[in-house]
Amino acid sequence: MSKTYYDPADLRKFGKISDWNEELGSKFFDYYNSVFKEGALSEREKSLIALAVAHTIQCPYCIDAYTGDGLQRGITKEEMMEALHVAGAIRGGASLVHGVQMMNKVNKLDG
Amino acid sequence: MITKSLHKRNSDLAKSNRQLEILSNGIFQNGELPKFKDKIAETNQFPLKTKKLEILQINVGYMCNQVCDHCHVDAGPDRTEIMTKETMLQCLDVIKNTGAHTLDLTGGAPEMNPNFRWFVEEAAKAGIKDFIVRSNLTIIRANKKYHDLPEFFKKHNVHVVSSMPHWTRGKTDKQRGDGVFDKSIQALQKLNAVGYGMPESSLKLDLVYNPSGAFLPSNQASMEKDFKKALLEDFGIHFHNLFAITNLPISRFLDYLIASENYEDYMYQLVEAYNPVAVANVMCTNTLSVSWNGYLYDCDFNQMLELPVNSKIKHISEYNEEILEGRDIVISQHCYGCTAGAGSSCQGTVA
Repeated sequence: MSKTYYDPADLRKFGKISDWNEELGSKFFDYYNSVFKEGALSEREKSLIALAVAHTIQCPYCIDAYTGDGLQRGITKEEMMEALHVAGAIRGGASLVHGVQMMNKVNKLDG
Repeated sequence: MITKSLHKRNSDLAKSNRQLEILSNGIFQNGELPKFKDKIAETNQFPLKTKKLEILQINVGYMCNQVCDHCHVDAGPDRTEIMTKETMLQCLDVIKNTGAHTLDLTGGAPEMNPNFRWFVEEAAKAGIKDFIVRSNLTIIRANKKYHDLPEFFKKHNVHVVSSMPHWTRGKTDKQRGDGVFDKSIQALQKLNAVGYGMPESSLKLDLVYNPSGAFLPSNQASMEKDFKKALLEDFGIHFHNLFAITNLPISRFLDYLIASENYEDYMYQLVEAYNPVAVANVMCTNTLSVSWNGYLYDCDFNQMLELPVNSKIKHISEYNEEILEGRDIVISQHCYGCTAGAGSSCQGTVA
């Protein structure tokens, strides 16, 4: 057994999850591949969204995967960092917007 | 940023046999990844054989005004291998009689060969359909004596193919050296000014994109769209096509991969992206590469790895197209670079 929870080399084995459930694994990867195809959004835009989400859910595999994918698509580091700040702003905002709840409670209990 | 070639630095990796050793050891020796030979055998494509010759690619020397990080030639100002006029004369004999429709001059910076202009003038007389010169762009701005190259190319109806790793200054200069981006933009504007790359113009100007690091190029058509939009909006520059080329794990790029601990991951990427359809159209099947000293190779990469053609004809002086046709192509693990994804060649994707 590996002594760490995450091994970068495991990313290459992602497809192996289908070994233990072919039907659901195949459905998932079909869906996954369809999601990232050009549609109303470009593949480039989807790659940046994936990168921002990867940081929000703090998935090291996804961060590796979508940093590489972005470089491959010619996405610059400036664009990547801006996408991360969008994720950061939403995360921070999600905490701070609950401040209204805190303020309501203070006002109710001690107003 | 590096300033000297591997050769000048006496690097171990300047030796082609050391590079070939690395490409055959480790993950390929222990069976973690299949050797290229075994991979193409899976689809009955071994041995890979040449078809009718279409492209004659001549490397007129390894001297260059730039020292790019990824260069598979290990070119630079310190390289002294330059094609002589005598070898050029032998090449001209072949150019006049070849069945190839494309003549492709490369280097180094081919313009730095002292007989470059004479050679172009003579070769142009042969009337080959597509006459390519691979120009690194900055050479046009490097010295006054090169400033008129756009007019010279135009006069001889040369098809200009130039490297441009990115439409931003940062990424371009990181790969090719400080100031390369600005000089390249100026050179492209000069080429546009004489008609190169303009919409509907017959003066062909294509750009070559290759990744600035340990990753593969993306879809060629979408990269072309991004390049065209950015270069037009930011600098008013036009060009015709973008060729997306994969960096092959040899020479300075191999050195970079090993030093940055990306070698194994990169080889995995190449093998995972292996595309048998690309194998069928890989450039060595229709190209012949001539080195600065007249020896023949299946491609420019094999030239740098010193893997000569598998034929009794070894040198331009004994050239015989019929005998060379249908020969077995010499392969190693670097060949995965040309068969990944949509494939890669000096003319861009192949599948």
